Amino acid sequence: MRRVRRWGPGLLLVSPSIVLIAIFVYGLIGWNVKVSLSNWRQAQPSYHYQGLQAYRDLNSDPVWWSFDVKHLVLFTVVFIVGTLIVGWSLAFLLDKGVRGEGFFRAVYLFPMAVSFIASGIVWRWLMNPAPGDRETGLNAIFDKLGLHVLANQWYLGQNWGMAAMAMPAIWALSGYVMALFLAGFRGVPEELREAARMDGASELRVYRHVVFPHLRPVTLAALIILGHISIKVFDLIVAIGGKQVITQVPAVYMWINIYDARDYAKGAAIATLLLVVISVLVVPYLVFTVRSERRV
Amino acid sequence: MSRLMRRLAVAAVLVSALAIPAAASPATPSSSSGTTASCQLQVFSWWTGGGEAAGLTKLINIWNANHKTCPFKNETVAGGAGSNAKAVLAQRLAAKNPPDSFQGHAGKELLDYIKAGQVLPIDSIYKENGFDKVMPKSLLSQITYKGHLYSVPVNIHRANVLWYNPKVLRQAGITKAPVTWAQFVADLKRIEAKLPNVTPLALGEEWTQKHLLETILISTLGPKGWNALWTKGGNWNSAKVSTAIARFDDLLQNYTNSDAASLTWQDAGKLVIDGKAAFNIMGDWQDGYFSGTTKGGNLAKKPGVAYKWTAVPGTTGVYDWLSDSFTLPKGAPHPAAAKQWLAFLGSSKAQDTFNPVKGSIPARQDANPKLYGPYLKWALTQWKTDTLVGSLTHGVVASNAWNASIDTAIGLFTQTHDKGAFQKALAAAHDKNAV
Repeated sequence: MRRVRRWGPGLLLVSPSIVLIAIFVYGLIGWNVKVSLSNWRQAQPSYHYQGLQAYRDLNSDPVWWSFDVKHLVLFTVVFIVGTLIVGWSLAFLLDKGVRGEGFFRAVYLFPMAVSFIASGIVWRWLMNPAPGDRETGLNAIFDKLGLHVLANQWYLGQNWGMAAMAMPAIWALSGYVMALFLAGFRGVPEELREAARMDGASELRVYRHVVFPHLRPVTLAALIILGHISIKVFDLIVAIGGKQVITQVPAVYMWINIYDARDYAKGAAIATLLLVVISVLVVPYLVFTVRSERRV
Repeated sequence: MSRLMRRLAVAAVLVSALAIPAAASPATPSSSSGTTASCQLQVFSWWTGGGEAAGLTKLINIWNANHKTCPFKNETVAGGAGSNAKAVLAQRLAAKNPPDSFQGHAGKELLDYIKAGQVLPIDSIYKENGFDKVMPKSLLSQITYKGHLYSVPVNIHRANVLWYNPKVLRQAGITKAPVTWAQFVADLKRIEAKLPNVTPLALGEEWTQKHLLETILISTLGPKGWNALWTKGGNWNSAKVSTAIARFDDLLQNYTNSDAASLTWQDAGKLVIDGKAAFNIMGDWQDGYFSGTTKGGNLAKKPGVAYKWTAVPGTTGVYDWLSDSFTLPKGAPHPAAAKQWLAFLGSSKAQDTFNPVKGSIPARQDANPKLYGPYLKWALTQWKTDTLVGSLTHGVVASNAWNASIDTAIGLFTQTHDKGAFQKALAAAHDKNAV
């Protein structure tokens, strides 16, 4: 009884959110998996078990591996590496001390406040692939600067189009990563740096051996945040490329399957796969963090 | 330190994991529950811009003047060809919250709703108002399912129109618009040779490429061959389909703009008006865009001077049609008003008010030609004499699922240019979806 009195009120307090999350998160995830295993492959709902047929169809779908997945991998690699490099560099420069740091911090963070749809439309103009005398945007700037060699097809490029597609995403999120890294830099106690300097370490070695090791948890966190944004990317792609195979990623194909083809099982299968991939990324990280916190 | 950092990092991961999907999920329009005491006619469409919106406004004004007790409630969702609207509609129908009437392309596209029991037959509206006597049989047969009519068509658009810039053609020394496919290709070659800065054929994003393929198939197979493709026994492996695919590929690879995938149909049409392209194959909404007022976002050009038109080469005498039509959903909150709305839409007053502004011809055959502009006058005479075939891209001949399979096949083909694989994919789409 006494034990109930100890944890009872607390449990009562969180129970509404437990119930809501159980229904609206885990219940719907379960429903989604059920749909992906059903024969709901037309407009009318139908829940007869069909096994992994929708997944098998996806596996043999000519756009799935050679376009959707390939596009997503390329986009993710360029986006994550690009954002980490740009964000880290901005944080490094700000950490070295600059006048008006608050101003720069705000300016670099602003792009994150713009929705992907809005920035996507602007980037669609910037990355206009029109040739010859119709050239506008970045290509026109390159031409004016006499750098015609740099003018290119951007997101319509046959092999590297998705790398161009990652540019707006890098622009939008590198400020956020900068803020994370800046907190990381600031989290390194000044005494440690001082001690290293006292021992005769050069400024380069102070960073190499004292500051950078402290940034590992931040880097990991940034990696995971960017990774799951990238895997779910939808709005940016639709704003720039529309619903076309040339820029298609899994989340867009999910929409096409559900709302255009009315193949709900296949759409749900894509949703399930995206969830699994994101879980593979996030769950080990959460487990690791919880464990290492317990140890402390 | 590191503990705090880790906690912060975990919190950041969790918060953004929750916040980003919320920001990314599409905004659903405020579903208007019909709980208000007074009657409101909720009509769902994707007519939000240009002539479409202007035409709808005229209809709304007439409706509101005559139905003071049940005013019009305009529930539009923006997005070309209704791609976003259809998704919102699917959600509303699934949630058993249908509008009083919704827009759909007449033909197989509406079949999904009919088969799912989401719309009701409206034969009585046709009988009471005599619509079956003034609308062409081949149109009515496309909107009949198991002997019942399910929608009222408001307008007719034509998909197989070749638009061209007469000045550019003159500069290239072309005196007459092409009639056969061979003449068309010869003209394209000539433009390419004489005017290196002009794109012979302006093309837009993926769905406009499907639109182009559609007209090539009709041109190559003829109306009978085209209609046969959409039946159970349709043969997509035939040599004629191979010829059509080869023609399509030839246009894509040699005569179109390299940035097609980044252009809307308006962008592509504007290239013709600006003299940067010679030809464009698009539906006759292009006429609305070319000649409509600049206030409505159009180009306000003179038909017959700044641009001219003819049937797509090889399709003279064939009218590749599509039609916007309205339905009576099951569980509509105000069914009596909805029936009056449908009866109104089929009347010549509504059709002759809406269509000259929207830039289409009425589905009724007793239109008053004086109300229509030069292009539409031409279309009105053709509509009465031409062989009618239904459009693929605009929902007449194939279901949503079939269309989606063809979309994917075309998207793949424009990347790989593998003609054999493309034809196989089209045949597979037929075998999977033909009924």
